Amino acid sequence: MISEATRARFAREAAKYPDNQRQSAVMACLAIVQQELGFVSPESEQVVAEFLGMAPMAVHEVTTFYNMYNQRPVGKFKLNVCTNLPCQLRDGQKALHHLEHKLGITMGQTTADGVFTLQQSECLGACADSPVMLVNDRHMCSFMSNEKLDQLVDELRGVASATVTETS
Amino acid sequence: MKTAQSVLAQFSAQGVETCFHDRHLGAQIYAGLNGNNWRLKDYEARGGYAALRKILGKDGSEPLTQDQVIATVKESGLRGRGGAGFPTGLKWSFMPRQFPGQKYLVCNSDEGEPGTCKDRDILHFNPHIVIEGMAIAAYAMGISVAYNYIHGEIFATYERFEEALEEARAAGLLGDNILGSNFSFQLHAAHGFGAYICGEETALLESLEGKKGQPRFKPPFPASFGLYGKPTTINNTETFAAVPWIIRNGGQAYLECGKPNNGGTKIFSVSGDVERPGNYEIPLGTPFSKLLELAGGVRQGRQLKAVIPGGSSSPVLPASVMMEITMDYDSISKAGSMLGSGAVIVLDDTRCMVKALQRLSYFYMHESCGQCTPCREGTGWLSRMVDRIEGGEGRPSDMDLLNSVADNIQGRTICALGDAAAMPVRAMIKHFRHEFEHHVAHKTCMVDALV
Repeated sequence: MISEATRARFAREAAKYPDNQRQSAVMACLAIVQQELGFVSPESEQVVAEFLGMAPMAVHEVTTFYNMYNQRPVGKFKLNVCTNLPCQLRDGQKALHHLEHKLGITMGQTTADGVFTLQQSECLGACADSPVMLVNDRHMCSFMSNEKLDQLVDELRGVASATVTETS
Repeated sequence: MKTAQSVLAQFSAQGVETCFHDRHLGAQIYAGLNGNNWRLKDYEARGGYAALRKILGKDGSEPLTQDQVIATVKESGLRGRGGAGFPTGLKWSFMPRQFPGQKYLVCNSDEGEPGTCKDRDILHFNPHIVIEGMAIAAYAMGISVAYNYIHGEIFATYERFEEALEEARAAGLLGDNILGSNFSFQLHAAHGFGAYICGEETALLESLEGKKGQPRFKPPFPASFGLYGKPTTINNTETFAAVPWIIRNGGQAYLECGKPNNGGTKIFSVSGDVERPGNYEIPLGTPFSKLLELAGGVRQGRQLKAVIPGGSSSPVLPASVMMEITMDYDSISKAGSMLGSGAVIVLDDTRCMVKALQRLSYFYMHESCGQCTPCREGTGWLSRMVDRIEGGEGRPSDMDLLNSVADNIQGRTICALGDAAAMPVRAMIKHFRHEFEHHVAHKTCMVDALV
């Protein structure tokens, strides 16, 4: 089941397209699902399919084709570091290695406490800001020197542990 | 107590380094921006929406006809800023204006060509210029509905564009009977979610229809069979952003900003080994050496080795060639490469070209949509071969084999991604074959590689 608030967000996206082309909103609806639940599960695909009047397999095709949809749960913060050539020339690869070292994981993995997932990513379209990374799909972080990476990780870890304390 | 939002906000780009550096030459699109003046009232204070008022006859003069608008754009010499460089006015004239059904206009803001970051700054710091440009285009082609498809990775920019759309609607600049005229135009924003291929126009249309972004065979071209099978015109963000200036100042004035057949200013995204990476808006026809100077020169006083002048898909050119050319479609094409999206990737003399190609070949393998066999299989083959050369496992016959694989991809696929994967390989081997040979013979780099 989806909440009324989520349904309203879906409806706002679907309203952009002709009535017989509601499928056009599938990308946006899946992104909303991911923002709210952290990943796109088969159950969520079913909900989106019903809302837009699509076959669930057609929704699954979209989830699996586009790089940014998480098909399984990820850490509380997903860090995507661009290492494409323009970024590689400006320490993108080094930023990724620095994070691997700092978090004690290799790219593609999630830390044991479930706080961080680290991924290598392709061009984010912010080449002059390198080293550049995307956090949880929606927040671009620019000019990420090692010092800034340390600060980001430490402060996000603080946020994560504070939330755990509040809810326990 | 900090929230995740407030933590992350500390690291958001402010545009100071990339856009508000005051090192543009004759800026039109980026003129007068400071990061805080993106809203409607600021845009209007810079002369914004005057061009829309002009064509609708709402500035006291006679309205322009559709033919007059298209003729002005043709006269301006404006060419597509997304990569192909097709004349914009000519493209607009292909739209069957008398077609009785729904027609669509689409803006391609799926900026993912490695090296390119210009549209992000336009949309983030001057979103209304794109809205106005699209409204003028829609008027000229008799289109009532449009979408701006924005790169999913720049989500904050997508949200800002939506906010700008709300402002324009509230002011009567979008919607029904714009400014009291009989021109009605609806514009919406859509976003991608991580697929380079959706920058290809027909893949973008598929994605906009809610499907996998796999390119369509052409013909039919979008002008006859586009979004939802309806006539559709697709232009790049920067192309639309150039239009208001052209309407305000005339086609001839725009043409004179550049050089014949290469009208106007162009934004170049300079990345890699320069002191000041960023976006630089300069007249087409400006010498590359001037652009390099604006970008602070080669980093740490090193020597220029090579430049990829138009995004990662364009063939690399050695320094000696680059220093002789001017930055425009014809000059770069004559030198054997492409202006492309205007992404200038600079490599200095410490860079290993095998390693550079290795990263690019991995990228094309990763982003091939898998539809055409030569690209799906060939990009993986190229990537594995460059890997083995870089890893010291290369064979003397590998360079010829790389060329042969590239030959068998190029021109044999539905879309240009296959060509985009093949061209860098061929150019790298053409200009830097000795580095590849050295890798094979000595299992190590010629340069003390820092790449």
